[in-house]
Amino acid sequence: MAVVETRDIKKYFGEVRAVDGVDLSTHDGEFLVLLGPSGCGKTTLLRIIAGLEQPTAGEVLLGGEVVNGLPPRARKIAMVFQSYALYPHMSVFDNIAFPLKAHGVSKEARKTKVGWATSILGIEKLLERKPRELSGGEKQRVALARALVREPSVFLLDEPLSNLDAQLRASARDELQQLQRRTGITTIYVTHDQVEAMGMGDRIAVMYQGKIRQLGTPQEVYDEPADTFVATFLGSPPMNLIEREDRLVGFRPERFLPTEAIELHADLVSFSFAVTRVEYLGADRLVYGAVGDVSGDTKAVSRLPSTVTVPIQPGDSYDFAVQTADLKFFDKVTGLRTGPRPF
Amino acid sequence: MLLPATVYILALVGLPFLIAIVYSVTDVTVGDTSLDFVGLDNFRRIIKTPQFQRALSNTLFFAIVSQVLIVVLATALAELLSRDFRGKRVVWFLIILPWATPIALGTVAWLWLLDSQFSPIDWVLRSVNLLGPGTLLGPEDHMVFLGREGLAMASVIMVHVWRLLPLAAVIVLAGLTTIPRDILDQAEVDGAGFWRILFRIKIPLIFPIISIAILFGLILTFGDMAVVFVLTRGGPIYYTQVLPTWAYFVGIEGGSLAEGAAIALFLFPLLLAVAILVLRSSRRMEIS
Ligand SMILES: Nc1ncnc2c1ncn2[C@@H]1O[C@H](COP(=O)(O)OP(=O)(O)O)[C@@H](O)[C@H]1O
Ligand SMILES: [Mg+2]
Repeated sequence: MAVVETRDIKKYFGEVRAVDGVDLSTHDGEFLVLLGPSGCGKTTLLRIIAGLEQPTAGEVLLGGEVVNGLPPRARKIAMVFQSYALYPHMSVFDNIAFPLKAHGVSKEARKTKVGWATSILGIEKLLERKPRELSGGEKQRVALARALVREPSVFLLDEPLSNLDAQLRASARDELQQLQRRTGITTIYVTHDQVEAMGMGDRIAVMYQGKIRQLGTPQEVYDEPADTFVATFLGSPPMNLIEREDRLVGFRPERFLPTEAIELHADLVSFSFAVTRVEYLGADRLVYGAVGDVSGDTKAVSRLPSTVTVPIQPGDSYDFAVQTADLKFFDKVTGLRTGPRPF
Repeated sequence: MLLPATVYILALVGLPFLIAIVYSVTDVTVGDTSLDFVGLDNFRRIIKTPQFQRALSNTLFFAIVSQVLIVVLATALAELLSRDFRGKRVVWFLIILPWATPIALGTVAWLWLLDSQFSPIDWVLRSVNLLGPGTLLGPEDHMVFLGREGLAMASVIMVHVWRLLPLAAVIVLAGLTTIPRDILDQAEVDGAGFWRILFRIKIPLIFPIISIAILFGLILTFGDMAVVFVLTRGGPIYYTQVLPTWAYFVGIEGGSLAEGAAIALFLFPLLLAVAILVLRSSRRMEIS
């Protein structure tokens, strides 16, 4: 029985189809990432699951039961907002104890629970402080402790790391994942950052324009994208797409290498790659240029690890190749993945 | 730029205030305008009169009860108006009405509503069998709202609340809209119901705004004589006499300018203290 399940959820704000038919089902104890560009409906979907928003159509199930009419407090969920939404007039202790109080937990038990949650997150020293006396990272932990303290059956996290600076984000990502592993609480984590999604998710649901385009493990969505949106949204730089007859052919920049740097010479598809620019990034080189095809030149990128030492100069053309197995084919009209074709 | 404003304030507020202070420590009357210094004699004398004592306790009762009512009702009204519902515009119109009509006009309308002979309220009460011989509010045919001790005070308070409520509600509503949506959603997810969100989240968060509104409300109430003057002129007897009306009757109608000034100034130290206290604490809340 899925902890959280949505059945054909729709939410329209007038003309805007914020969520447009989402079917989602979490596995027990998993870390599910909702990944998509800004405005694709992630927050709206999360708010519908939390009960803060009523869907235009569709059902939300928690633990196998339809909860559509239930207010948030009757659902055993905890949510962390992007802004952390700490109560500014309450101390850290009171913030964390608030959900317990609201559920009628006794004073003694509240103390114990708050102690437990704060020790997990390492914020025991902050209990007396007010939110404004906390750093961004501390606020995030307080918000997590407040979500944790009720031992909810689901965590809903809306871009909880987006307000942290880059350095802190890496360590916070790590801690958050550990916390989830340790508690085993089913988590739906919203982000627009593919690095976070790839690094943290057991599964990733890639969302675009209110629809889930693909749901799978990080490896699946990266290696076997279901359509051109997923193919180009994940990966940096994104997958190269070139036209061939009624198809689009895609290949990842890191699979697009100088022919001489490829050891295995069977099953190669070769391209003449007119290089226009080279970016040296330390561990990698990004090579920008164009490959010829039926409709003329198409822009492409190659990502060369520093182990590939072939000298490459802007302005020259080189022989590049991709292994046939690394080519992905998409329908030109719908963008959907199709079966492999002889190239 | 600042000069005209300064002159204006000095002329319209500072000067009368200064004159009042000077008058209150002299023996000036309408008949004898020479200013002879008498110290605090005026204050000592007025404090001893039962009329003054009654006016003082009436003023405090009137101010405190009406402020409590205004705060409670304004919060409820603002809470209502912060939601979406059908007919919200009509409610807005009804709320702005008392504020948009001139005080005297509104009060005159109330005078008719509460009239001892022709009160429409009496008529309604009679037609639903609550008033008249053998009924709950009987046996008289009229309530005589302004002619009975308790009812007169209640009427004065009601009209005053009716007048100040719109402003108070708008202030509270403005405060409510400053609370971030996320905080309220979070409270809901955390399991708080309507009352907990109201008393533990909303009211504490807008407390600085509410306390300033109360301060202004108190000052407006302590200094106001329009409602009492038009409705009851302090009557019946002096059951609804408040300090501003009593100061007027003694100072202007009775001609005893010095005593009138002393009565009018009596609450000034108290008001000043309250103002300083509220402004201080609300600033501290802002910082902390
Ligand atoms: N309350 C609302 N009223 C109108 N439009 C909304 C509302 N909430 C969200 N939207 C619209 O729905 C779309 C999805 O928004 P959102 O779920 O916040 O996206 P995301 O979290 O993925 O950035 C956006 O186009 C947004 O403008
Ligand atoms: Mg969002």
